[in-house]
Amino acid sequence: MTPLAAYLLLSSFLFAIGLAGALTRRNAILVLIGIELMLNAANLNFIAFWRYAPGSEAVIGIMFVLFSIGVAAAEAAVGLALIISIYRHYKTTNLDQINSMKG
Amino acid sequence: MVDTLDQIFVLAKHWLVGFAPTAWQPIFSILLSVGAIVLTFPGLFALTTILERKGLGRIQNRYGPNRVGPFGILQPVADGLKAMTKEDIVPRAADKVVHFLAPLILVGPVFLALAVIPVGRNMAAIDIDAGLLFFFAARPPTELAVFMAGWSSHNKYSLLGAMRAIAQMISYEVPLILSAVSVVMMVGSLSPVKIVEAQAGYSGLFPHWFLLTPWGLAGFLLFMIAATAESNRSPFDLPEGESEIIAGYYIEYSGFKFALFFLGEYIGMFAISGLGITLFLGGWSAPLPFLTWIPSYVWFFTKLLGLIAMFIWIRGTLPRLRMDQLMNFAWKFMLPMALLNLLAAGVWHLMPPGLARWAVGILLVAGPYVVLGRALFEGRKLGKRTYQYAD
Amino acid sequence: MSVTFVILAALTIASAVAVMTLRNLVHCALALTVTFAGLAAFYLQLGAQFVGFAQVLVYVGAVAILIVFAILLTRGSEPPTERIFSSSWAIGAAIAVAVFGLLAGLIAYSRSLTREIPPAPTITVRQIGDELMSRYVLPLEVIGLLLTAALIGAVIIAMREEAK
Repeated sequence: MTPLAAYLLLSSFLFAIGLAGALTRRNAILVLIGIELMLNAANLNFIAFWRYAPGSEAVIGIMFVLFSIGVAAAEAAVGLALIISIYRHYKTTNLDQINSMKG
Repeated sequence: MVDTLDQIFVLAKHWLVGFAPTAWQPIFSILLSVGAIVLTFPGLFALTTILERKGLGRIQNRYGPNRVGPFGILQPVADGLKAMTKEDIVPRAADKVVHFLAPLILVGPVFLALAVIPVGRNMAAIDIDAGLLFFFAARPPTELAVFMAGWSSHNKYSLLGAMRAIAQMISYEVPLILSAVSVVMMVGSLSPVKIVEAQAGYSGLFPHWFLLTPWGLAGFLLFMIAATAESNRSPFDLPEGESEIIAGYYIEYSGFKFALFFLGEYIGMFAISGLGITLFLGGWSAPLPFLTWIPSYVWFFTKLLGLIAMFIWIRGTLPRLRMDQLMNFAWKFMLPMALLNLLAAGVWHLMPPGLARWAVGILLVAGPYVVLGRALFEGRKLGKRTYQYAD
Repeated sequence: MSVTFVILAALTIASAVAVMTLRNLVHCALALTVTFAGLAAFYLQLGAQFVGFAQVLVYVGAVAILIVFAILLTRGSEPPTERIFSSSWAIGAAIAVAVFGLLAGLIAYSRSLTREIPPAPTITVRQIGDELMSRYVLPLEVIGLLLTAALIGAVIIAMREEAK
């Protein structure tokens, strides 16, 4: 197995773990953590390709990952603020109980 | 002769590394650097504890410790023996794994941060391209270790202290990094070795230190205030206020783990003072051109001792800041000042050298300071200072 | 596959599994931090220094602390009394296994992955800075705007409304 294939397999495994966590856990914060893990797995994918198959312009890989890190941080901030706001209303972060649209 | 004395540690390291077989030489060289750091800085820590206690004692009009050894010099030995032989109490409801790991995760990264600081000419343990970023990346594990310590003790006051400490640390990280960015902008490199080399010249009698420029002075003051806050030292030591919540996030720690927290805090102070010296005070370069015969590491440690003395002095003099005063100061005063300092540094760089450059520089730094200071004092009704005596 | 890769991969996968299966939320957040640190070690091993340090600074230094604060503000630090997996967990697990199977199959049977390895690209921080200021200045400004909007938005959403 080439090193590139090993890194891609690792990143897809992390992605699958993050997806499983986001789909099966009850707590809203853990869903967000699963999403962050998925974003990180995608970043690892980019850096693995940057190292082993950069193509003509090698700096694009680094740029993409830097912007992805920035966007993930912004999204985590807003997502957690939303969870805190929902908690204030429903008094719980259990997703099975937050199931009515009427406020 | 002068050069040999200056490079004596580097030459000794090369000589010692020559004894190892060729395949193991890189590892041996790194181990020697690590050993040097681990021997020097805890030794400096021991010296600083006794200096601090005696210095604070004199400021507060009392003697410091003076029982152990002449003038109390052997006090750190007594402290170390006490810390190692004291019983290690873990609260029954505490989270044992996290409680155990917190001091380790605090101490490890601060030693890592010391590795990129050039202690003398050619004497940085690691010389990487993004050295400054490495230093700033060694701070977050410390903040997380503070949280782990506070939460795992299962104690309300401990958690409160930990939350305050983290809020303070992340708030003051922003002016810290921004004031370092102005130096990086001027030098054009993130490597501390190159930053020191850019300040090693002399024009006449004056060194090219960044401290001796208007934006450099403002940047140095901002950096030092943020460094005091990052190390949780007075006047920013509300999270570990001894008179308020009795040591905050490390209430439930005793014995060796408490000594590890103490060590981690002081070594963090050394690391960030070392970075301040590298960025603004010219690292290992001498202040006057005819003093360059004194070895470079002597200058670095002299400046480090000077900064430590300043920390101790400020601790003994200023009262503690309240939490909301602290946060207001970080976000409403220091952040705008750091951004405007960046602008002042840029203007300084682009103008030709001369009197006009100094005038514009001083105006760009002092003007916002006065304006922001006035604006932040607007809504408060501060009357004349009155004294009440115990009659 | 070198020894460091195997060790780091084992550590990262173990902590990722721990994130998704532990009962106590704060333990999950701490395991997430270990995962982030493991990924940063991977980036450093692949030679992307700037990205590795930025990962530690942003993820460990900011996102992990954000998550910890949110857990504490929503009373998540007490151990949960009910089941931790939702009632439809089997479907979620099946979807995740299917996604992983698809990706692994693609990786194993791809013919373009067996090319020879080119030498490592050397990107200095100065090059990254130059590119950010010349070719990628628009994404840089947009992400600055995005972060400002996220900051203001998060503060407004999470602000305690005054009783009217």
